[in-house]
Amino acid sequence: MAATKDLKTKTLSINMGPQHPATHGVLRLVLELDGETVVKCKPYVGYLHRGTEKLGENRTYPMALPLSDRLDYVSSMANNIGFCVAVEKLLGIEVPERAKYIRTIMAELTRIANHIVWIATHALDIGAMTVFLYSMRDREWILELFEMACGARLTVTYPRIGGVRADVDQEFLDHCYKFTEAFPKLVEQYETLIDQNRIWLQRTKGIGVLSAEEAINWGLTGPTLRGSGVPYDVRKFAPYDAYDKVQFEVPVGKAGDVYDRYRCRMEEFRQSNSIIRQCLEKLPGGLVLSPDAPGYELAAGPRKKPAPPAPPPKAEGAPAPDAAQAAAPPPPPPEPPAPAFEEVYVATEVPKGELGFYFISDGTGKPYRMRIRSPSYVHASVLPRMCEGSLVADVIANIGSIDIVLGECDR
Amino acid sequence: MEPMEIAEQIKGKFPSEVKEIVEFQGQVSVLIKKDKLLEIMNFLHKTPELYFDFLVDLCGVDYLGKKETRFEVVYHLLSIKYNKAIRIKAEVSEDDCVIDSVVGIWLGANWHERECYDMFGIKFNGHPDLRRILMPEDWEGYPLRKDYPLKSDLGDKEWKGFKEVIAIGKKNLAYEVR
Repeated sequence: MAATKDLKTKTLSINMGPQHPATHGVLRLVLELDGETVVKCKPYVGYLHRGTEKLGENRTYPMALPLSDRLDYVSSMANNIGFCVAVEKLLGIEVPERAKYIRTIMAELTRIANHIVWIATHALDIGAMTVFLYSMRDREWILELFEMACGARLTVTYPRIGGVRADVDQEFLDHCYKFTEAFPKLVEQYETLIDQNRIWLQRTKGIGVLSAEEAINWGLTGPTLRGSGVPYDVRKFAPYDAYDKVQFEVPVGKAGDVYDRYRCRMEEFRQSNSIIRQCLEKLPGGLVLSPDAPGYELAAGPRKKPAPPAPPPKAEGAPAPDAAQAAAPPPPPPEPPAPAFEEVYVATEVPKGELGFYFISDGTGKPYRMRIRSPSYVHASVLPRMCEGSLVADVIANIGSIDIVLGECDR
Repeated sequence: MEPMEIAEQIKGKFPSEVKEIVEFQGQVSVLIKKDKLLEIMNFLHKTPELYFDFLVDLCGVDYLGKKETRFEVVYHLLSIKYNKAIRIKAEVSEDDCVIDSVVGIWLGANWHERECYDMFGIKFNGHPDLRRILMPEDWEGYPLRKDYPLKSDLGDKEWKGFKEVIAIGKKNLAYEVR
């Protein structure tokens, strides 16, 4: 038998995923292990790539809207809103006030629903089973609210370019109000289960630490960035919809570890609840869809340009039509102008971070280029930095704390 | 400092590099030549009054037949400190489909540049790990190019790749599959 000193060790490469329940989708990590320590971590994405950007370029703007549901299927409403806000900016459509408030309510309900799924799965990964049962029970409430508003629960396509599809009724508002009254107590319930739990603290405190400069340099957004103490929130930096009319705080962490990111999201539960409350109280009346909103029949060809200035009305006594026609032969149709490319990049704060839509228009009803800047993609890219040097068990905690959905990552 | 002033400042510092400054809906884009990209980006990142510390997005665009230079690489920069955004676009021609990588300035550019390479075939000089990312490693063609077909032109015919795949699979099997 060989003496112990003659034994050689070598690193071992293993696959985590793509069908691993703790990778939150089809994320594949190739881990090089030295015992239980991760020496190298290589993420592989793309298993859920559906070519959303290419598809978007071949559809008109309203027809491309349902594609955005399929990005982050946990918070589809927020993706829809991000898409609509961007197209509205590109086409110069003004949204009615009531629609803005309804959208804000929906976006915040989505944020709560998303964070519920996040806390459920994140806690489950780390080993706290009970939170899953409680929080998924409460998510049902929000899905029912969505169903009440638009008939769909998961892929809603409720917002429209220029507003929302249908007005909400009193029953929805009553239920929503009841939810906001009950929800703060439910958040406390989740917190009692894990907030001071010794195992939870050991698994999350001081794990996956990112400093503020590093987090910015990596391009992280949302609670993942705010956990490192950077108060960057698109809702504050470039307000859209009704966010400039409501009061809320942006919770930030200090240490930049898994625990602080968890605390940020728990505080966001309360802030979102307060935003919904304020919107319900301030909800104005009026239209929910702008009259300028493009319908599904939006032409794929040249989009309607602003009408040329109307000819000055004829002074007193309009001449007979025949005489007018004889006097001025109809002018030849103007040459179609060379396509002028117009471009906007509009970001919205979806539950996972900054979702940006970059549209380039060539003046037709279809986007010339539709680029989706998805937070999950950027967050997945930081995994090697977080995991290398840590233990295998911490990889799971790290994946949970950056809150990724691979549908959005792979697009 | 307003975005337009920032654009003017870039033009003042690099007069021969800036080709065009366009404003639309309050967003300013600066079209530059790719040669001094890193110098311009370092200038934007390091200058204390600008301090663009956040690379929001990086993507490619294909202007096949619409513009003289086929590709553009678009950088969306944001200064969290001053809450100012600017868009920098660098021209990349089809013959010389290479541009400098900005991973040295913003680590977050890593995967964005890989995606841009994957989708447009634009190579990034100095990238630490330039591989395909969303498409399989053996994929042919660059899907987001405008001359890449959306659908196959086979109609109802079977994709011949299947037969090849099946043939290879059969060859590798030790026994015949019935």
